Amino acid sequence: MKPILKKIIAALTLLPLSAAADWNLNLRQGATSISNEIYDLHMLSLWIVTVIGIVVFGIMFWSIFHHRKSKGVKPATFSHSTTVEVIWTIIPLAIIISLAIPATTLLIKMHDTSEAQITLKATGYQWKWKYDYLDEDLTIFSALDAESSEVSQLDSGLNPMETENYLLNVDNPIVLPINTKIRILTTANDVIHAWWVPDLGWKRDAIPGFINDNWAIIEKPGVYRGQCTEICGKGHGYMPIVVNAVPMDEYKMWVADMKAEQEAKKNTSDMVLTMQELMTKGETVYKAQCLMCHQANGQGLKGAFPALAGSPMATEPAKRLGHILQIIYGKGIMPAYGEQLSDVEIAAVTTYERNAWGNDTGDIVQAKEVAEARSNKL
Amino acid sequence: MSTVTQANDHDHDHKPTGLKRWFFSTNHKDIGTLYLIFALTMFFVGGSMAMIIRAELFQPGLQFVDPQFYNSMVTVHALIMIFGAVMPAGVGLANWMIPLMIGAPDMALPRMNNMSFWILPFAFALLISTLFMEGGGPAGGWTMYPPLVLQTGAAFPFLILAIHFLGISSIMGAINIIVTVFNMRAPGMTLMKMPLFVWTWVITSFLLVASLPVLAGGVTMLLTDKYFGTSFFNAAGGGDPVLFQHIFWFFGHPEVYILALPAFGIVSQIIPAFARKPLFGYASMVYATASIAILSFFVWAHHMFTVGLPVKGELFFMYATMLIAVPTGVKVFNWMATMWKGAMTFETPMLFSIAFVILFTIGGFSGLMLGITPVDFQYHDTYFVVAHFHYVLLTGAVFSLMAAVYYWLPKWTGHMYDERLGKIHFWLSTITANVLFFPQHFLGLAGMPRRIPDYNIQFADFNMISSIGGFAYGLTQLLFVYIVIKCALGGKKAKALSWEGAKGLEWSVPSPAPHHTFETPPKLTKAMLEH
Repeated sequence: MKPILKKIIAALTLLPLSAAADWNLNLRQGATSISNEIYDLHMLSLWIVTVIGIVVFGIMFWSIFHHRKSKGVKPATFSHSTTVEVIWTIIPLAIIISLAIPATTLLIKMHDTSEAQITLKATGYQWKWKYDYLDEDLTIFSALDAESSEVSQLDSGLNPMETENYLLNVDNPIVLPINTKIRILTTANDVIHAWWVPDLGWKRDAIPGFINDNWAIIEKPGVYRGQCTEICGKGHGYMPIVVNAVPMDEYKMWVADMKAEQEAKKNTSDMVLTMQELMTKGETVYKAQCLMCHQANGQGLKGAFPALAGSPMATEPAKRLGHILQIIYGKGIMPAYGEQLSDVEIAAVTTYERNAWGNDTGDIVQAKEVAEARSNKL
Repeated sequence: MSTVTQANDHDHDHKPTGLKRWFFSTNHKDIGTLYLIFALTMFFVGGSMAMIIRAELFQPGLQFVDPQFYNSMVTVHALIMIFGAVMPAGVGLANWMIPLMIGAPDMALPRMNNMSFWILPFAFALLISTLFMEGGGPAGGWTMYPPLVLQTGAAFPFLILAIHFLGISSIMGAINIIVTVFNMRAPGMTLMKMPLFVWTWVITSFLLVASLPVLAGGVTMLLTDKYFGTSFFNAAGGGDPVLFQHIFWFFGHPEVYILALPAFGIVSQIIPAFARKPLFGYASMVYATASIAILSFFVWAHHMFTVGLPVKGELFFMYATMLIAVPTGVKVFNWMATMWKGAMTFETPMLFSIAFVILFTIGGFSGLMLGITPVDFQYHDTYFVVAHFHYVLLTGAVFSLMAAVYYWLPKWTGHMYDERLGKIHFWLSTITANVLFFPQHFLGLAGMPRRIPDYNIQFADFNMISSIGGFAYGLTQLLFVYIVIKCALGGKKAKALSWEGAKGLEWSVPSPAPHHTFETPPKLTKAMLEH
């Protein structure tokens, strides 16, 4: 029975697919055994309600067409029937029990995070994800990619249709091994977020101060995309998730590469760049990290996010150190960037903010100054 | 002097005039009218916000509004539609109809009645004013989850105060209904003889009285967290952000039935009237309504399956949620059996009622699916949920309210509405509402989260269809306003019994219903108590 049903569904979903790849009607089967079981349970419940609907609405429409005054029928006078009422209490009860049993089994299975081989911690930030590979001492920040970010600006004039994986692409995708039980912890740094990759079969809230655990065994290599699914402010629609699932040896190589790359980036405090270099680098950092709130023109959003253009913070000489410190440590709802940006990146973005949009202070901030600011504060 | 007063009392239609009539009114019919007009106004205010949302989602990319403003539209649309449109419309109907249906001269507490209405315009003035404040309106969703809601700017205390006002207004309205029904029924109108609309409103009132104080407590804790340094919901101070969600949904789930139960009552009046046959299973309808209401206090966490509840908790809330399908099913089957072997005609109220039964059931189906915890991990916070609750609230609650207005308009205005236009309004509404919301099921299953202002192009086609349905639905409702105004101003004279098969005391008074009715309790015959 089941394969036939699957074929019908496949046929139904393929039909419109020929017109455009976008007419996806049904839940995704996903890439894990759990996601497949969820899909089956979804189909079971969908078929049950469809059959109930056909029966109930069928009877109702039959009645609508035949029991009408215009056909000269005399209304019956019955007003209850204990037998019938008992029957239609018991049948729904039986149906929901038949749904509850497989649901219970599956739910218990989903809660069993024991014997995981790898643990990944996903921390939600406004508006990006931080990933800690707890067994590897590796941390990655993953935010919306620059192209999507630029196209998604209000009145950007750029066409999302021509942007690959629009809003579903990140600057640093994470890599996970296939056929490995991965424990995925979710938590948050500021407000509640939710981590969801549909192909893994679940989403889970990321709550500040609490850690939720989940697991997945990805069975097929591939790139799996998802999004934050709990409203988390202005950038809620702009913090996608990209998981690149690869064989274990490739995963190990990736981890080694990432570690080496981060090691190389770590010591940037001695780098000295020209104004031009700082401005170019600063603009890139600004677009990736700051633009969401402070806007492309540095005007911010009145009442919510302060302007940088012409602001005392980004222009007055006396506030130069304060400017750097606020980027490192954050303030109010502004997150701290000290952990995810290197000294040279902070130097570049500070320089950029003090010179862009007519701020024109001529200030040049070098990485060394940032390094000093960090050590002074501590 | 006393003779003059008495002479006045015998004039059933004497009423104050001008502003005094409306501002100081203690008359249940006038207050009912005020509630209904206010609800319709808010329906358009909230609806215009929905139009902004659908315009922004018409195609991928940001075309019209900033994401922050988009979020505040999503938030305020929900608050206005729930607290400003559907609830006041329900209370308005209760005000107008309950005294007429149970043979009472007015509501039991008429001055409080006046106050519970007049709080509303001020509460919504506060809420809507926040959109013009620095930092914009509340933008954390109507569910107001901390810590996000605590990032709201100047609007925050206004939001909390508005919620308190709305809560106070609703609690007063609920107390009034409970007191009226328990004390002012005409002799012979025993509880199990009451029209089902009255029953559903009594039960709804108990839900209001029990759940709204919980919300009031929750939002007050938000207020002290923000301004007085408490840490109820702040993990860093030893609090728990999820605690708010438990509090909120302990209110929020009964709230869903506060919106839905009166709808059940309305269609239980209308379907028998147009099937010319008694309501099937009256007693089981009452018990099913009460069961749904009681169960509604034990299912709140199904809104929060993804917060990381222990497995036993998730199982409990899954079972309890699925159990609600049983009494709800009983209701649908009863409506079906009421139609069975009737002699039906299909005037606009009946059309909206039948559409309600079918489309609310579709919303119930997706509700059952959402109740299955493991699958909910996929559905949760996607457009599948948006489709689900708009089926139960728009094609559910709002359709039943439309049905009620068409059904009782002749009693209110003394005129029959334009049946041809009414039918056009029905068909356009039904078609466009489905174009609007059915594709959202697909969007959710395909993976589109809710409350996002922009989306990947894979969601483009269905969003465009949905938006077209949305604009068409919005425009169609202007026709409703035209029909109502036209009916109020004139039209075919309505008889006391405006519908051939209608039952109930409200049809024993003339149309339009005089300003004062049942000043002496009516003598009820057996025929008058039929359902």
